Amino acid sequence: MLAYIIRRILYAIPILIGVNLITFGLFFVVNTPDDMARMQLGAKRVTPEAIAKWKEERGYDKPLLLNSKKNGLEKITETIFYEKSVRLFAFDFGAAEDKRDIAHEIRTRMGPSLALAIPALLVGLAVNISFALLMAFFRATYLDLWGVVLCVAMMSVSTLFYIIGGQYVASKLWHLVPISGYEGGLDAARFVILPVAIGVLGGIGAGGRWYRTLFLEEMGKDYVRTARAKGLAESVVLFRHVLKNAMIPILTGVVVVIPLLFMGSLLTESFFGIPGLGSYTIDAIQAQDFAVVRSMVFIGSVLYILGLLLTDLSYTLVDPRVRLE
Amino acid sequence: MPFMPVFLATDVLLWLLIAAVAGYGWSCSRKVHLALPWKRVFQSGVASACSVVLGGFVVVGIADSLHFRVKLDQAGAGATAYSPEVLSVLDLALSGLRERHERTYSAPLSTRLYAKELVEIKEGPDAGRQLREYPRLRHGGSHLESEDDRLGDIYARVGLGLLAASLAAVLIALAARRLKKTSPGIPWQSAGAMLLVILAVALPVFMLSRHYHVLGTDKVGQDVLYLSLKSIRISLIIGTLTTLVLLPLGVALGITAGYFRGWVDDVIQYVYTTLNSIPGVLLIAAAVLMMQVVIDRNADWFPTAAQRADFRLLILCAILGLTSWTGLARLLRGEALKLSQLEFIQAAHAFGVSDARVLSRHVLPNVAHIVIITVVMDFSGLVLAEAVLSYVGVGVDPATTSFGTMINAARLEMGREPIVWWSLAAAFAFMFVLVLAANLFADAVRDGFDPRVRIP
Repeated sequence: MLAYIIRRILYAIPILIGVNLITFGLFFVVNTPDDMARMQLGAKRVTPEAIAKWKEERGYDKPLLLNSKKNGLEKITETIFYEKSVRLFAFDFGAAEDKRDIAHEIRTRMGPSLALAIPALLVGLAVNISFALLMAFFRATYLDLWGVVLCVAMMSVSTLFYIIGGQYVASKLWHLVPISGYEGGLDAARFVILPVAIGVLGGIGAGGRWYRTLFLEEMGKDYVRTARAKGLAESVVLFRHVLKNAMIPILTGVVVVIPLLFMGSLLTESFFGIPGLGSYTIDAIQAQDFAVVRSMVFIGSVLYILGLLLTDLSYTLVDPRVRLE
Repeated sequence: MPFMPVFLATDVLLWLLIAAVAGYGWSCSRKVHLALPWKRVFQSGVASACSVVLGGFVVVGIADSLHFRVKLDQAGAGATAYSPEVLSVLDLALSGLRERHERTYSAPLSTRLYAKELVEIKEGPDAGRQLREYPRLRHGGSHLESEDDRLGDIYARVGLGLLAASLAAVLIALAARRLKKTSPGIPWQSAGAMLLVILAVALPVFMLSRHYHVLGTDKVGQDVLYLSLKSIRISLIIGTLTTLVLLPLGVALGITAGYFRGWVDDVIQYVYTTLNSIPGVLLIAAAVLMMQVVIDRNADWFPTAAQRADFRLLILCAILGLTSWTGLARLLRGEALKLSQLEFIQAAHAFGVSDARVLSRHVLPNVAHIVIITVVMDFSGLVLAEAVLSYVGVGVDPATTSFGTMINAARLEMGREPIVWWSLAAAFAFMFVLVLAANLFADAVRDGFDPRVRIP
């Protein structure tokens, strides 16, 4: 087991290097720091001095890959690639455009993101699975048919409409909850409940249909026929046998996203003014703050790889037949 | 020539794509084994009804993909000059809608502006005095003698439209009955019924749109119906052109990885795991931001604003394709791994058939169903993605009319009292119909092509 985990972590290193090279290529080779400076400074007539100052303040005035002016190891370390990309591996993100420390921002913003994402995931999972079980229980009846129709219709509505509509109905018409904002501690519940509800509602369409397919596939198997032949009630078959056996495909989908919960949800957070990592990323994209975007890309990849590893490990927990070699 | 044709890059690609689809359809019609799954698809009533809806959207999109610049009348000028505005055939057909501008917001079918303005009273005892009120629209309902006639006029127009639709109903019913005889097995009734529903909505709207703003006007007074129709092309382009990038990459890399194995497989797997591990929106955002810098730096590449916006749209499609081929590649790799073990492939090897030939003649046709299902299933997701990306600010050019930019603009007006709901409602309705039809059609395609799914 331990050897397996270590091997997987070692395998992750070339992938992270690849991610780093892609982002480096995108951010520094396709566009030189000069272009970035011109865009950030905005004005049409930027003086070369202003560009040079902008680059120097952010450490972009060094050569890209190889500093031929220096000697020894500094040939490599005194470059943009080393300073901006390699340092990400040590989770050293540097400062954002507004001079704030990115690592500090990430630490403080993680809480609100999780306060929103964890309930959304758990409630969503519970709702989707119960809905799907209901449809599977009443399969091949009108209830099932209309359930699927409802799912497809709900899938066809853009997330934006769920958010805008939910905000309008719950906050503006009914004045149930504040329209946006966030507070720490227990007060957070007041601000989080609507985004969670909307997130769950928006996910029912795709989720419910997906789990229904899973359950139906599972119900065609031999052990289900055996269970029925034994004379078990359909509900027992469904809840005790099918649900347990469907855990593996459910886990594949769920565990992989758990680490990514730290990243928050881009849309929901920015609509509801929740100061999490998602809104941080969106603000950075809109302000074209490349240092932040680069850091978030790197963190996202690390978390994704972590999610894949956790998925494989969780298999051994739910399915004793799976052995990791 | 009174006009100069403009070939936008996306137009050309869209036409090539249409030609390719037509070619594929032609070859399908000649080969029974290719036509069979499509026959299964169209045997479903839902699928044929949805294909009518999608066909309607495609017609609008195609009409909006023939662009030109009108020649300007310049007396005495030696060189012929063309208007900097790029128009399409759709603009020409909707020139009434396009040109009837109001000053700002107005509600659907209303005769007055949404915001109060200072209006001078022209008649009566108070002539010359100024009053703050909702001014009459320049075009919406301007043909009416008195505003009290508005409802009656609207009912008359809707009635006339419905009358025309009921005439069409007779024709459709006759045609459906005839087609039923010549080619049975295809549910012509559902297709005809859907066509009728479309006409029953479109004809009254057409009758109304000649004198009213059926879906109101937006902030700068443009007709929302016109904007919605213009947005269709962007959605179709994003949903289809993306596959032009996605398919070659996904198919080529997926098949070669599964077929050759060994280091080829390792390299390709490494590439797609790496791409996959970058969060999608972030990768797209980063790439679009970077390309925007390139566009800004080379402003002289583009003679008109439309061409610049179009280039950004093309880049967006390319980026979406580059970031989303991994799923298809993984599917095809697995399938090719399985196929390469089968006897007919080994027999081909034994006969000394080259790898390239085995791939193109034996492996590719056997994974074609996966490719088709993926392409059709991806469409609706891409249409929805456009709206989200445009909201984040990394979608289409902000000056382009798309559902995303419409929603974005309308969202900012939600705080108004009473709220400006019509832009949002229009974008919602058009997107919902398009995506729902695409989703249902995709389901039918999956059922028709997937060998595992058996229709009960």
